[in-house]
Amino acid sequence: MTAQLVQYLLTGVTIGAIYALVALGFALIYNASHVINFAQGEFVMIGGMTTVSLANTGLPLPLAIALAVAAATLVGLALEKFAVEPARGASVVTLIIITIGASIFLRGVAQMVWDKKLHALRAFTGDEPIAVLGATILPQSLWVLGVTVLVVVVLTWFFGRTLAGKAILAASHNRLAAQLSGINVRLVLALSFALSAALGALAGILIAPITLTSYDVGVMLGLKGFAAAILGGMGSGIGAIVGGLSLGIVEALGAGFVSSAYKDAIAFVILLAVLFFLPSGFFGARGAERV
Amino acid sequence: MSPWRSGCSGGLAALAAIIALLPLALVNNYTYEVAILVGLNAIVCVGLNLLIGYAGQISLGHAGFFGLGAYGSAILTARYGWPSAAALAATTAAVGLLAWAVGRPILRLRGHSLAMATLGLGIIISIVINTEDRYTGGPDGMSVPPFALAGLTLAGERVWYWVVGALLLASVWLALNLIDSPAGRALRALHGSEVAAQVSGVDAARHKLLAFVISATFASVAGSLVAHYSGFITPSKVSFLHSVELVTMVVFGGLASTFGAVVGAAVLTTLPQLLTALKEYEMAVFGAILMATMIFFPRGFVPTLAAWLARVRR
Amino acid sequence: MSMLEARELSREFGGVHALEALSFAIEPGRVQAIIGPNGAGKTTLLNLLSGVYEASAGSILLEGRDITRWPAHACAAAGIARTFQTPQVFQNMSALENVMVGAHRHARAGLARALLRLPGFADGEQALRARAAEQMEFVGIGAYLGADAGSLPYGAMKRLEIARALAAQPKLLLLDEPAAGLNPTETAQIEALIRRIAVRGVTVVLVEHNMRLVMELCDHILVLDGGRWLAEGSAREVRDDPRVIEAYLGVAKA
Repeated sequence: MTAQLVQYLLTGVTIGAIYALVALGFALIYNASHVINFAQGEFVMIGGMTTVSLANTGLPLPLAIALAVAAATLVGLALEKFAVEPARGASVVTLIIITIGASIFLRGVAQMVWDKKLHALRAFTGDEPIAVLGATILPQSLWVLGVTVLVVVVLTWFFGRTLAGKAILAASHNRLAAQLSGINVRLVLALSFALSAALGALAGILIAPITLTSYDVGVMLGLKGFAAAILGGMGSGIGAIVGGLSLGIVEALGAGFVSSAYKDAIAFVILLAVLFFLPSGFFGARGAERV
Repeated sequence: MSPWRSGCSGGLAALAAIIALLPLALVNNYTYEVAILVGLNAIVCVGLNLLIGYAGQISLGHAGFFGLGAYGSAILTARYGWPSAAALAATTAAVGLLAWAVGRPILRLRGHSLAMATLGLGIIISIVINTEDRYTGGPDGMSVPPFALAGLTLAGERVWYWVVGALLLASVWLALNLIDSPAGRALRALHGSEVAAQVSGVDAARHKLLAFVISATFASVAGSLVAHYSGFITPSKVSFLHSVELVTMVVFGGLASTFGAVVGAAVLTTLPQLLTALKEYEMAVFGAILMATMIFFPRGFVPTLAAWLARVRR
Repeated sequence: MSMLEARELSREFGGVHALEALSFAIEPGRVQAIIGPNGAGKTTLLNLLSGVYEASAGSILLEGRDITRWPAHACAAAGIARTFQTPQVFQNMSALENVMVGAHRHARAGLARALLRLPGFADGEQALRARAAEQMEFVGIGAYLGADAGSLPYGAMKRLEIARALAAQPKLLLLDEPAAGLNPTETAQIEALIRRIAVRGVTVVLVEHNMRLVMELCDHILVLDGGRWLAEGSAREVRDDPRVIEAYLGVAKA
């Protein structure tokens, strides 16, 4: 029984780390532009699929990964430049539909560039499961957790200690004030999209060996990452991580102990519950509306 | 005043004329089928437009209501042998009730939160339908007996064309009536300025819920009819993508324009048919259209076109 | 009985006390003003009275009835109407339709009758339209009967809001800076309009910065400062009150 519990927890934390990375991407873009980027999941897909393609051509894995992240970053910049920037100031509905359109477009292109099949990426350091407390964990899961921790550390340093990071934070709190302080907010916006895309791609690459990847893997991951971001409090970095991990664990426990058929529904039930009962999530800002 | 504004009985007559004369241009069963699908999508869009264009809300989960209508009718007739009309009535009532129950908490949300909540709802419905395969046939779908009323079976493209045409006219008529009424003005006022509407006595929650329930009901009826018409229903009709397609049609046709919604449905239902040759590119093109429309024609393609034509004519 | 009574009314926003323990009464049939330096809490008070904001503490009574927790649409149904500092007209509708919305609480048509255009509906709509047109004439914007609300000049928009508020046939009309942004001619027209409204028996409360307008129109003035009651009385009393002078101008030099 405990072995089962440990197993579910390990699975949950692994996928939760992925949700956390995706949620961080959402948080970054939301903070920079108040846009919910429905195409976030597509960055995840691009990361995984590009790495698979490049690795299949014989490139060494680390190089393939680096190039894939770069490719996703470029896509993120393009998205900002061609889809979001032209629609500055548009209504919420408009912006939502634009990013949804971008998501469909990217998936359509992916379908053309690759195909609709599932693809496997080989695990970074092999698939021999490691025994832990009566359960097993894949080496790839350790990669997922390790890289996620590293990412969190780097981002904390970046936002806390570097000028660029602080500029991004400033711009997200008050765009006008940041502009007046000499911060190039357009650059900040582009940076946020680029960083967000890189995070998404990284998530996609890390998880691909475990769950396989395909042209539409981004849809569910994106939506669940979004649910995690809302759970943690939209716009909060810590919230994204806590939300992601929580969602992953609840999902794994739910799938294991309650019903595995409805595993995917769990994230959306949580989403609805959060929106109804705790709209600002765990760490989000509680705002009062002014008339 | 723009001719695309709602409330013109001239428009209703024009639509009736188009429906009556269109068969002259429909050469074979396939074209009839497209026309029927256009009509059914248009019914959903007219309802959805009330919610998005007039009441100013958003729903990214309307395929859920459509799917519930389809599967409700399908299951009641195929698995339980209910008469089609009774199944349709019961399903519509049930979906309306669900929309009423879920709508109350959901519509307290705004903007992104509302969008995501409706999205979540739609996906949950989709997952349930996919999973409960004992009733729904799961991802493979299920077959649906034809629609029968008083011993007469609705079969054949031509018969369905007139049925759908009549129902579309009825939906448009109802929608126009709603818009040009105190409740309709209340809805539009909410969209214009929610606080000003409230201090004028408009109960925001009640009216948003009204728009939500009516649009859900339209979607459900259309869904039931699609199930009977096609003889078959699959979960793809309940997917997030389908919800997005519906919103695209409404937005493309022009928000706050009932006839625009019909045009939007017409254009975006026939377009994929035209693109069938380019099956591979369909998704990318669809996404590109969606983005381009919202970036360059945020008021909708049709109203922007109409305004441009009006300027050119001067 | 007072038309409206506030008792220890308070409203705070995350620690900032926009209004604190405010108590006053408005007598029926009066034209009353609420004045005070910027930030005194005047608009917050109007928002509380019309149900847009909820009070943090205290109570509001309309003709003796406790309406403190009532939402905006319920306050409207009870007979309170208001305008906004920046006109909140429904740009997506015609001017006439804007005013028709104002009469929402009097609209009798049920949903079924509207949807199916049952007999009686058309007459009801006709009556609503006529009443709305009447209000537009009354406030002086009859010229804009066929116009879209978005195309109105600023002064007309302000009066459209008043027409919309009057269409509800309110007992109490709250006007938030009705003369803001108007030139002297337009201001004189607003003054005349407010007098006409008062003659109809509507209790009027104005928030205003235009002191000449306030002194000319109002029987009674309430002065707020920093969210608190400062002074109250007739125009002359308030004008000569040293506390009021100090609040606006600083300490009076001897």
